[in-house]
Amino acid sequence: MLRVVLHVIARDVRLALRRPADVCSTLFFFMLVASLFPLGVGPETEVLRRLAPGVIWVGALLATLLSLPRMFAEDFYDGTLEQLALAPYPLGLAVLGKTLAHWLVSGLPLALIAPLLGLQFDLPPEALMILAFAVFIGTPALSGIGAIGAALTLGLRGGGVLLSLLVLPLYISVLVFGAGAVDAAAGGLDPAAHLFFLAALAVGGLAFAPWAAAAALRIALE
Amino acid sequence: MLSVLNLECLRGERRLFRNIGFALAAGELLFLEGKNGAGKTTLLRMLCGLTPPNAGEIRWQGEAIRRLGGDFYGQLCYLGHQNAIKEDLTPLENLCASTRLADEPIDEGAALAALEQVGLTGREDLPCRYLSQGQKRRVALARLARERRPLWILDEPFVALDAQAVAWLSGVIGAHLARGGLTVMTTHQAVEIPAASTRRLRLGA
Repeated sequence: MLRVVLHVIARDVRLALRRPADVCSTLFFFMLVASLFPLGVGPETEVLRRLAPGVIWVGALLATLLSLPRMFAEDFYDGTLEQLALAPYPLGLAVLGKTLAHWLVSGLPLALIAPLLGLQFDLPPEALMILAFAVFIGTPALSGIGAIGAALTLGLRGGGVLLSLLVLPLYISVLVFGAGAVDAAAGGLDPAAHLFFLAALAVGGLAFAPWAAAAALRIALE
Repeated sequence: MLSVLNLECLRGERRLFRNIGFALAAGELLFLEGKNGAGKTTLLRMLCGLTPPNAGEIRWQGEAIRRLGGDFYGQLCYLGHQNAIKEDLTPLENLCASTRLADEPIDEGAALAALEQVGLTGREDLPCRYLSQGQKRRVALARLARERRPLWILDEPFVALDAQAVAWLSGVIGAHLARGGLTVMTTHQAVEIPAASTRRLRLGA
């Protein structure tokens, strides 16, 4: 069972590495969105520090959203998804593999780059650490919830817009706790409670979302 | 082994087919025939369990395939219209990946031997985007060289293949039938496949 998940991850990551432009575009989008704010708001460090957690998290949400339509579309159009649906193991396992692969190529790079972006907002070092960690444990939830949306809108015309309407409201809890953790750290408070909530969302997202997404994919394949 | 009872398919207001029924035993080959749009691909997808029928039932060894689920998929090899290969991967990577995703991994040596059989020697390390249509089809078909699952469902497997590849594929299907396998396929070409028993089902007649 675990072997199948690993095979799917290995294949998807290999495909992503063959086409680095897709990964890079998500990353550059994130960097640009987060960098526009200091330029637009001006150099008052007090204001920037106040804005930073929310702005960076919204950037991460939008960047994840940008990469979601690709999650199943290619497999759907080239017939791979049919083969996955006809494999002797539950389709949910393959979706779990694809979700984890999506996190590796889109969520993880966001977590690595987030502290650098935080520097532009004059965040204190301890808040930068917490920011990276919060994005690190929060993005699996984004990939999981996003997988459901991507599966539901698969093959629809104008699916991209519908996808954002479906998924963004579900991202609110991740945004609230993610930004809350950084806020708390910047204010000298203990961010543990926020981080626990983020971790719970991530575990829940990875445990339940693949099965819901798999059910949606089966409908798309009919 | 495979039996189909009173199958019916509706597409919106239109009825594609109804009262389709047949039983296929080990070693038998079934050709699905019919005009474009007669519902051949739909019927094949129903036999796989991808599309639920509007009425009727499909049974594998006496059990409804919906109840068998993964146990049935482990007996089935389906090759659809699309090749299910990735343009960015090489034929070797594609073959290894597709067998792994089917949970029947083969090692590199076996994969190279299969690619040699379909005449792709020397192209193993070329990304599939540089291959011709027929060569891509061969990459997808290479899986059949080592496939030992009893039920093969093939949708237009001969499309885009040259005479040599058609002969190879006919031989592979013949060998599969001789081992006691079952094959359901569609094709618009006249091909000779050595089989103990060949049957034809015409849709939309």
